[in-house]
Amino acid sequence: MNGVPLSWYLILSAILFALGAAGFMIRKNMITVFMCIELMLNAVNLSFVAFSRHFKTIDGQIFTFFVMVVAAAEAAVGLAIILTVFRNRSTLQVDDIDSLRL
Amino acid sequence: MSQFYTQTDHFVLLPGLLLTLFGCATLLFDFWLVPEARYKKLLVGWLIAAEAFTGASLYRHTTYLADNGLTELVAFRGSLVMDGFSIFFNWVFLATAVIVALISYRYLEIEGEHHGEYYGLILLAQSGMFFLAAGTDLVTIFVGLELMAISFYVMVGFLRADRRSNEAAMKYLLLGAFSSGFLVYGFSVMYGMSGSTRLSDIAASFAARDPWDPIAFLALATTVVGLLFKISAVPFHMWAPDAYEGAPTTVTAFLSVGSKAASFAFLMRIFLGPLAASREVWEPILIGVAILSMTVGNLAAISQTNVKRLLAYSSISHAGYILLGLIAGNDTGLKGVAIYVLVYTFMNLGAFLVIVALRRENIIGEDVEDLAGLMHRGPGYAILMLIFMLSLAGIPPTAGFIGKYYIFLSLMQTGHYLVAVAAALYVAVAIYYYFRIVRSMFVSDVSEPTPLAASLGMRVAVAVSAGLTLAIGLYPEPFLQMAQTSLIR
Amino acid sequence: MDPILFFIFAAVAVICAISLIVQKHPIKSALSLIGVMGSLAILYLLLGAEFIAAAQLIVYAGAIMVLFVFVIMLLNAGEEKSPARPSWFAKLLGIPLMIALLGILSYVIQRAAPEGSLAFGEYTGGAREVGRALFTTYLLPFEITSVLILIAILGAVVLAKKEL
Repeated sequence: MNGVPLSWYLILSAILFALGAAGFMIRKNMITVFMCIELMLNAVNLSFVAFSRHFKTIDGQIFTFFVMVVAAAEAAVGLAIILTVFRNRSTLQVDDIDSLRL
Repeated sequence: MSQFYTQTDHFVLLPGLLLTLFGCATLLFDFWLVPEARYKKLLVGWLIAAEAFTGASLYRHTTYLADNGLTELVAFRGSLVMDGFSIFFNWVFLATAVIVALISYRYLEIEGEHHGEYYGLILLAQSGMFFLAAGTDLVTIFVGLELMAISFYVMVGFLRADRRSNEAAMKYLLLGAFSSGFLVYGFSVMYGMSGSTRLSDIAASFAARDPWDPIAFLALATTVVGLLFKISAVPFHMWAPDAYEGAPTTVTAFLSVGSKAASFAFLMRIFLGPLAASREVWEPILIGVAILSMTVGNLAAISQTNVKRLLAYSSISHAGYILLGLIAGNDTGLKGVAIYVLVYTFMNLGAFLVIVALRRENIIGEDVEDLAGLMHRGPGYAILMLIFMLSLAGIPPTAGFIGKYYIFLSLMQTGHYLVAVAAALYVAVAIYYYFRIVRSMFVSDVSEPTPLAASLGMRVAVAVSAGLTLAIGLYPEPFLQMAQTSLIR
Repeated sequence: MDPILFFIFAAVAVICAISLIVQKHPIKSALSLIGVMGSLAILYLLLGAEFIAAAQLIVYAGAIMVLFVFVIMLLNAGEEKSPARPSWFAKLLGIPLMIALLGILSYVIQRAAPEGSLAFGEYTGGAREVGRALFTTYLLPFEITSVLILIAILGAVVLAKKEL
């Protein structure tokens, strides 16, 4: 076999996406939860690049580029928010932050 | 003008361009002006000027379409479109932004976080909404969506010293980013199906496949997860009560109305464009989601003591109602969606306005008890809140009734009788908790006799909201005409 | 040759991803995520996406992850304290359920994906193609992105600065 079938890349992307989603729901530390979201976005990027290569056009790679930029912007704002939460609360555990519960 | 940025492109882009430029100018002005409170009034004035220019460009759009007999004008090689739908929603965003800016001035002063960046963020969030409503390419839509979302993450966390604001921003951001991940996964499958990122090409590839084809279903499922999150429909509604309660009340107003309207515009474009061929798959799903949203929204609102949380759950139920119009899917249904969004804008903004007016030094004014005896302390506000509560419940002759009427009519016309019955039952349930507030205002004893402050901006905003809420209810014809134009897609 | 490279780096990516969600200390999770990004960059090269591979390493692993590591250091984030053991029922059901779902998904993808294998070298989308597309077809989102980044900077300053 000379090349790698497209479906292998898609399956890998699905595995990474599922792991990211699972991690989002399991983990309790805010920063780790955010990193699981980044893992999900990386999985989507892989999917886009694989499709782009399949169609031999550049559109998928362009979308990857934009997903990267958006992830960077979200990371900047998200970490700033985590910083403010920490400043007022001194904890990073999602469970301990419960001033909004009924 | 090059071949990649033509006259047409410029014309279609004009509202978004104006909003972006004015937003950046607002940030510059805030930086240059002496940071004294009285100069912030200039920023509000600048924002109103920005909205005036944007409104003028939207008006020019409408007249251009009418004069040339076109239904739409496509720009940027199919990425951006100017049609009645996008113009209608842009007017809704404009009205929302103006009203929110008018009431924010005094509110932020009291909260002690009166920074000019707030007004810049309003304008830039609105430009994100423009691209979300007018975009017809996955990339443009995604970037517009994130532009709006990130502005909101910042605005929700704007009260930096308030724990609840921090927590609301954190929860909103984490859940929002999670749902964006699902949304782009859906976009990647859509791209994989069609080889292009334009909505028209994706629609063709969906139509060429069997709706129950696994790949088409995967694209539909993951995209719908992302979409339902943004409109805070069950089961992806968990962020809404916390975000609404913790955010500054003016931001809650903007979020509950502007973000929801923009997300509905996005949702309509996706469901009536690429996913139109898969209606038999998503119609049952949406019926379930709408019924669940009305259930959870109405039942949870009954036991709330915080008015912002109550309005959050009520807005979850309203999202369910608007989805019913999409489920019906005929012209009446789509017109019902448009008119409901318009009506919902003003009545929800009005309700939040009154809560903002209650905010004074050292008194939060967010609990239902704080509204007690409002009739004695500020009878004008009590009457206005009565109007908004009647409208939210859907009682004639207020605007809320018109919205619900068209939704029910369309459900009857398309044969969804059971759904219509369920929705009608929930209207009755909703009346209970809306009238709990009204009773608290009119009947309870006065808890404290201090009068309420009202700035000029607040008065204008309240007059506009209440006036339109009554006007649409009493004389809906011009607004129905406006909603009709949004059907040309 | 291609399948071997794919398997090696796919395995590295999955192992690092599992490590990300299993590790207790956030810094170990961050390093695992960098591992995922590095192996994904190699996969992008295998797919002919030269520019995206470089951008992945420079922007994602080189800037965003550095930001994460910096914040972990700044906040002195310690090990995560797990409050109560997750019930054995959840563990018994969760992992097989996830494997089953992934299995179904993989089967579906395998059946539905188009034929043909992607060999290395048949197509490269380098900086020239990406640049051309960004400034012609995708000019509008490119310009909106600049506003997006502005808002991110603005947001970070407004939220995190001590005295505004």
